[in-house]
Amino acid sequence: MHNKTIVELSADLHAKKYSSEELTRTFLARIDKFNPQLNALVTLTGEQALTSARHADAQLARGTAGPLTGIPLIQKDIFCTLGVKTTCGSKMLDNFIAPYDATTVIKLKDAGTVMLGKANMDEFAMGSSNETSFYGPVRNPWDLNAVPGGSSGGSAAVVAARLAPAATGTDTGGSIRQPAALCGITGIKPTYGRVSRYGMIAFASSLDQAGPMARSAEDCAILLGAMAGFDALDSTSVDTPVPDYRANLNNPLQGLKIGLPREYFGKGLDAQVGKVIDDAIKQYRALGAEIVDITLPNTMLSVPTYYVVAPAECSSNLSRFDGVRFGYRCTDPKDLADLYKRSRGEGFGAEVKRRIMIGTYALSAGYYDAYYLKAQQLRRLISEDFTQAFKQVDVIMGPTSPTVAFNLGEKLADPVTMYLSDIYTIAVNLAGLPGMSIPAGFVGQRPVGLQIIGNYFDEARLLNTAHKYQQVTDWHQRAPEGFK
Amino acid sequence: MAQQQIEILNKMEWEVVIGLEIHAQLATKSKIFSGAATAYGAAPNTQACVVDLGMPGVLPVLNAEAVRMAVKFGLATGCKIAPRSVFARKNYFYPDLPKGYQISQYELPIVAQGTLEIQLDDGAGNTIGKTIGITRAHLEEDAGKSLHEDFHDLTGVDLNRAGTPLLEIVSEPDLRSAKEAVAYMKKIHSLVRYLEICDGNMQEGSFRCDANVSMRPKGQGKFGTRAEIKNINSFRFVERAINYEIERQTDLLERGGTVIQETRLYDANKDETRSMRSKEEAMDYRYFPDPDLLPVILDDAFIEATRKTLPELPDEKRERFVHQFGLTPYDASVLTASRELADFFEVTEKASGGTAKLAANWVMGDLSGALNKANLDITASPVTAHRLGGMIQRISDNTISGKIAKEVFEAMWNGEGDADTVIEKKGLKQVTDTGAIEAAINAVVANNPKQLEQYHGGQEKLFGFFVGQAMKATQGKANPALLNELLKKKLGG
Repeated sequence: MHNKTIVELSADLHAKKYSSEELTRTFLARIDKFNPQLNALVTLTGEQALTSARHADAQLARGTAGPLTGIPLIQKDIFCTLGVKTTCGSKMLDNFIAPYDATTVIKLKDAGTVMLGKANMDEFAMGSSNETSFYGPVRNPWDLNAVPGGSSGGSAAVVAARLAPAATGTDTGGSIRQPAALCGITGIKPTYGRVSRYGMIAFASSLDQAGPMARSAEDCAILLGAMAGFDALDSTSVDTPVPDYRANLNNPLQGLKIGLPREYFGKGLDAQVGKVIDDAIKQYRALGAEIVDITLPNTMLSVPTYYVVAPAECSSNLSRFDGVRFGYRCTDPKDLADLYKRSRGEGFGAEVKRRIMIGTYALSAGYYDAYYLKAQQLRRLISEDFTQAFKQVDVIMGPTSPTVAFNLGEKLADPVTMYLSDIYTIAVNLAGLPGMSIPAGFVGQRPVGLQIIGNYFDEARLLNTAHKYQQVTDWHQRAPEGFK
Repeated sequence: MAQQQIEILNKMEWEVVIGLEIHAQLATKSKIFSGAATAYGAAPNTQACVVDLGMPGVLPVLNAEAVRMAVKFGLATGCKIAPRSVFARKNYFYPDLPKGYQISQYELPIVAQGTLEIQLDDGAGNTIGKTIGITRAHLEEDAGKSLHEDFHDLTGVDLNRAGTPLLEIVSEPDLRSAKEAVAYMKKIHSLVRYLEICDGNMQEGSFRCDANVSMRPKGQGKFGTRAEIKNINSFRFVERAINYEIERQTDLLERGGTVIQETRLYDANKDETRSMRSKEEAMDYRYFPDPDLLPVILDDAFIEATRKTLPELPDEKRERFVHQFGLTPYDASVLTASRELADFFEVTEKASGGTAKLAANWVMGDLSGALNKANLDITASPVTAHRLGGMIQRISDNTISGKIAKEVFEAMWNGEGDADTVIEKKGLKQVTDTGAIEAAINAVVANNPKQLEQYHGGQEKLFGFFVGQAMKATQGKANPALLNELLKKKLGG
């Protein structure tokens, strides 16, 4: 059963082929067996999962079950879960048991899903390789020497390794799409404001957005339907109706205008990855889509812009981790300044500290105009690029990442190279657009992701575009050797 | 510095320049960004929800009532209401600041550019008006409270107050004396209570201010370097802190020194201000727009609807009291200082049958005196406005004299019923029976032949003696005018 999609599992559960409890036990057993190799989970909630599963089985028996009732999944450890440790991949929160559930957690619970545990991640979602986690790196199921991507690396690895049919992720600069690409799964970052951020530990508030990671576009459609919607607790969530994302999955792609930004196919793109993307585009042409060359002239500004905006916001968002009320506190502080300095100095890892420093600098008196304000101006330019592009095309496509998964340790010592691995995903967050990554092939044994970017609140079209491709290809069905 | 120069400085006339930043706690039921209650005096940390505690993942949601209250203030002071205002984060670390930043407004406040007129005494007993500019008023959240006592070398943190809505009202540097500053602060205090947007309770910290004080040679346009005195929570302390600061800075300047830009604290026990931190040590708050909150967009319809909810404001009421009741501007100004006092007066005036001047005198005189002595607020007066008015009516219809009224008032204060009951029970009704008064006069005249002789001998001031004696004989109840008239007749005047 572990190779089945949510759609298939749900059909089986409704047909009483097996119970949610059996399904849950199957996945818990796989986690037991495989997690030691992958280090994809930081907390297991087996007992709680079995209780939820039995509850789901009762619903299935009563006939009040929905498409997600009894489906196991894993929450990224960035979402607060009532009574369960919520670490955000940091020593700072190693002892933190959240006193409330994030809105997304409540929504997925209400939909009947069964939480198996919490996924490892880059510390405070800052990283592209899942190597900045306090709990150690996650390994890529396709190649244990490779990184799974980040920051939702644990989420991507569990789905790829069939330790759960789905997981939640969050995406600030590519943190759903890039690990989805590197692990050969499907993930969608919705439009900013589509999914509530309440209870999701903030990295960069104006960029953060939660979304589902699963093995097919159809599964993502079901999950997104449960996660999306206005939340009165999040002022930035948008009050527009949530469409039925499954309704239009099978719309024909005849006449769909796909824009290929020339900036996404230039220098820096691995040639073999480029070849895989070209093949995927050919497939779309065969499906009746029209390919249009477009330009996003400010693409090169997106990495520097992002690395001002995101650290600036994070420097403020992470101020609450001060050793006073919760989280890590240094031993025997001699005064208040010592308490702050050592609690934060010892509680945060190197990458987090680097970004807090950059952000603090960018917001400082005398530098604010040159950095933060300038970055906000550039952000508008970058958004404007997309606005112009969407006057010509329906969706934009390109590689999710310039390379396939790199080796563990390969880029850790060189932050700038690491930052550049997000070059194709970051602009989407700066503009607040929806974007997704779907499996499109391999370079060697490492997967390649195709990125599809849509206009605001056009998730249904993205999912339709992805689903039609998945109807004629089987890249998304491939399982890594050793996890079949 | 040469002695000569110092002498010149000594002869120089200095002028103080003051601007106030007033923090008024808005009287909303819940906090500005969370649903937790704002009531004062709860057990520590029982009124702080996950949002107030700054738990990971929580987000602020703006309280619409706080916005409405800020707009009311803006409209009442003729300010511009910003069609778009923005919340910003003020970043600094302190244990009672849970998020490590305070949500405030920085570049784009909700309210700006208004004025307030204050009434000042010109020293010759005349009331003169002065217009004080209001630079801006912005919304922000309060921090929690650090408790340094009872924790043996440790600090306790109470976050009940964290997230309480504040309106920070910033004046232009238009104030030129401690008295003006107090008059301005009192006027704002009165206004926010008229508007019912702040309870004005200074002991509980609902209304407090920071004062920016600088000195310059009189006639000079440029401002001197200012010191900011933080967190003053009474009108008396504002006056004393500013006066102390004027003296300190003047003294410094006259000796050829320079004032440094710094933050100072007023110590009420020692009646002095002390340096807290200088500009060099000033924090860089790294303000930036809060990405968790959308800009506040206010349209004309909302602003006009809010305008309709404004009550009659102190200045309007004062003008009305002058015209409707024929009161002096001074009396009108005293009676409208608070909405409760003005309401009390109006009920008294009506119940008295329209004797406004007498009603004003009683409210401002005997009643206020008694309340002050008993340390009671007008709303807790043992004598209701209605009863006071009823008593005043008995004065004007000659049932009792003004003198006897004091006795009636005291009895009413002590809970002996309304004026008519007291008058009846104590037999205080004025004697207007000509025969009875004449009888008393005759007796007094007959019993004091010596004084009568002296009176006729030209000592006319003895007339008062006879009045007093006759009044005494009637236990003070004789109608004074009638008694005078009859006595004059008797003495052949």
